[in-house]
Amino acid sequence: MIKRDLQSATYRITILSCSVHNFPKWIYDKVKSILPPTLRRPASAVPILLGLLFCLAVTPANTQDWVRTGTSLGAEKVRLAVPDFKSSTSDAQNAALLKAFNDTLWNDLDNSGVVELVSKSFYPLQVPGQPSDVTLPAWNSPPPNAAMLAFGNLGVTGGKVTVQGWLFDVKNTGTPQVLGKQYSDNGTEEAARFIAHKFADEIIFRLGGGIPGICESKIYFVSDRSGHKEIWVMDYDGSNQKQVTHQGSISLSPRVSPDGSRLAFSSLTKSGWEIMMYSLDLNRMVGFPHLGGTNLSPAWSADGSKLAFSSSRSGTSQIYIADASGANLHRVTGNRGPDVSPVWNRKTGSQIAFVSGATGLPQVYTIESDGSNQQRMSDQGYAVSPAWAPNGQFLALSWIRKYGPGEPGSADLYLMDIASKQWVQLTHDGGRNDFPSWAPDGRHMVFQSSRSGKEEIWIMLADGTKIRQLTFTGRNTQPNWSWK
Amino acid sequence: MKHQKMKWFTLVLAMSAVLMVGACKKKAAPPPPPAPPPPAPTASLSANPNTVQQGQSTTLTWETTGATDVSIDGIGAVQPSGSQQVTPAESTTYHLTAKGAGGTQEATARVTVTQAAAPPTATAPSPTEEDLFASSIKDIYFDYDKSDIRGDQQSSIQADAQFLSQHSNVNFTVEGHCDERGSTEYNLALGDQRAVSVKTSLTQAGVPVSRIKTISYGKEKPFCTESNEACWQQNRRGHFVYQK
Repeated sequence: MIKRDLQSATYRITILSCSVHNFPKWIYDKVKSILPPTLRRPASAVPILLGLLFCLAVTPANTQDWVRTGTSLGAEKVRLAVPDFKSSTSDAQNAALLKAFNDTLWNDLDNSGVVELVSKSFYPLQVPGQPSDVTLPAWNSPPPNAAMLAFGNLGVTGGKVTVQGWLFDVKNTGTPQVLGKQYSDNGTEEAARFIAHKFADEIIFRLGGGIPGICESKIYFVSDRSGHKEIWVMDYDGSNQKQVTHQGSISLSPRVSPDGSRLAFSSLTKSGWEIMMYSLDLNRMVGFPHLGGTNLSPAWSADGSKLAFSSSRSGTSQIYIADASGANLHRVTGNRGPDVSPVWNRKTGSQIAFVSGATGLPQVYTIESDGSNQQRMSDQGYAVSPAWAPNGQFLALSWIRKYGPGEPGSADLYLMDIASKQWVQLTHDGGRNDFPSWAPDGRHMVFQSSRSGKEEIWIMLADGTKIRQLTFTGRNTQPNWSWK
Repeated sequence: MKHQKMKWFTLVLAMSAVLMVGACKKKAAPPPPPAPPPPAPTASLSANPNTVQQGQSTTLTWETTGATDVSIDGIGAVQPSGSQQVTPAESTTYHLTAKGAGGTQEATARVTVTQAAAPPTATAPSPTEEDLFASSIKDIYFDYDKSDIRGDQQSSIQADAQFLSQHSNVNFTVEGHCDERGSTEYNLALGDQRAVSVKTSLTQAGVPVSRIKTISYGKEKPFCTESNEACWQQNRRGHFVYQK
């Protein structure tokens, strides 16, 4: 009885309005440990119970927040100071390029999730443009109290931009230099942003446990801003948005190949929905056989040699696998269907997660690529759009856990541990959230959300924090993050 | 004294009489019922079809009860119930008057006559198969997240199958549509399943499979864009499209 009440929508609303959700972790753990196992399972039960107690006991005073769950809990982040790069020449272009560079570098590092940027208001008045300018005590003690310092200079000469950047370990007064880099490119803002991405990735690689940064990665997505749903691409931070396909019909579900050379997607043709292939090297469509029936949602295997997708060529929609050329087509699932939205476990290369409506509302399943060992992952509700984390351990999915009349559940993103099927909810902030796609670093996620009023693309850290909107024009859906 | 007693007696008697009259009035035997008035006549009139092209005929059907004198303007006196073919030259409202002992009842039926598009010959052109397809074929509606043919849609399937067997050279596409809820990819697969479900029902009812194409639009081309159940039901359908 209590359990049912706690999970009911009415109580959720009551608790939400009380705005007490940022409990210290020890309270969270304590409550969790005293709860009966049946109550422990839904991650939301603990904060709800706590919320209930707090609402009854105290007048709420805190601002609204959520219990933090995720992979980076408890890890101390490196305090990094990033003073604006200085101008090294007197070219008129310097100011515009410096602004583009400094903004991009700051955002990249701020969004990386691996460092804590020291606020610029704590910096000394004299900021360095090169190593000889650095006074370590001014940085390694309060007020900045930084552990690391990234600095450098930028200058345009003869239409070319040159950037010098350094990373200093300011607590290591003997040999502070960790990194020193020089970049040269055409003197454009786009090139300045590109150099900033490259330098940011170098820093993130060194401070983030050796995992390459994502600042040079791309996000493919569907946009209707040309009047038709076409495939578009942008930088990971939302800049540089460009149209890729010009099919003039409806194109959906873009999936870039692991090496970034090809783009598979699904498009409405004269003969129905077919898997299409676009060469990102040649910038044109390349052949893929038309299979008949409705063919949807292609997914690349980690080695780029195979595609899994949904096809109704033999009746109901089932998951098929074919070579990247379209040859050797064979069926994997044999459900009452419809089966759709496959995604490979890129760690093992042999498992596929997919969505099936075999038992009614769609649920997420996993299956071996040879068709054996089908397992249901979601236990209830409406679960779609699985996305396998790069480390192979987690599935992100879009889930309406409470579904049906009188249950105005919204589609939110969840993270599920494959082995235990334990889950945590990542998004709470309204709108329909769907199509999560992992960044190559496994720390970030891109997804579509209607929280701003219409479908747009957003990114966040994989623990649900640092949510940021990337697209604003037209309706933008089904993002797919490049593999590197 | 005796006089007084007499007076009381009279008073009591009078009051009793008043009470008796008051209390027993309803118990008085009802007057013999008057002869029931003759029932008012009823009348109905319909035209099928109620829209014809110029030169075509339509059938008027009427039914009356309790009428002794039935007439239709422009036709004259007619039987109490019956039907008659008419070929109005222009849009006409037929007016039936049924007179009986119980009064008069009227009924009307409107026949709209459309001008033939461009009658080059004397014979009026019949509607094209595409027109008939559009006016006769019924779309099939589905329950949420379902692709099986609902009980209340079986009659539409049967009517569609009958039309299609009468017009054996009509080829067509069944489009599967879904409401806006749910995810894009799953809805496309669900729409496919709905279109295939309609196709299967039609082939079981005798329509050759070679005449039927299917396509799914998922939630990509909704008929209605509001977020309510009435609108969602409009969008959960198998929609028929004539193929030229």
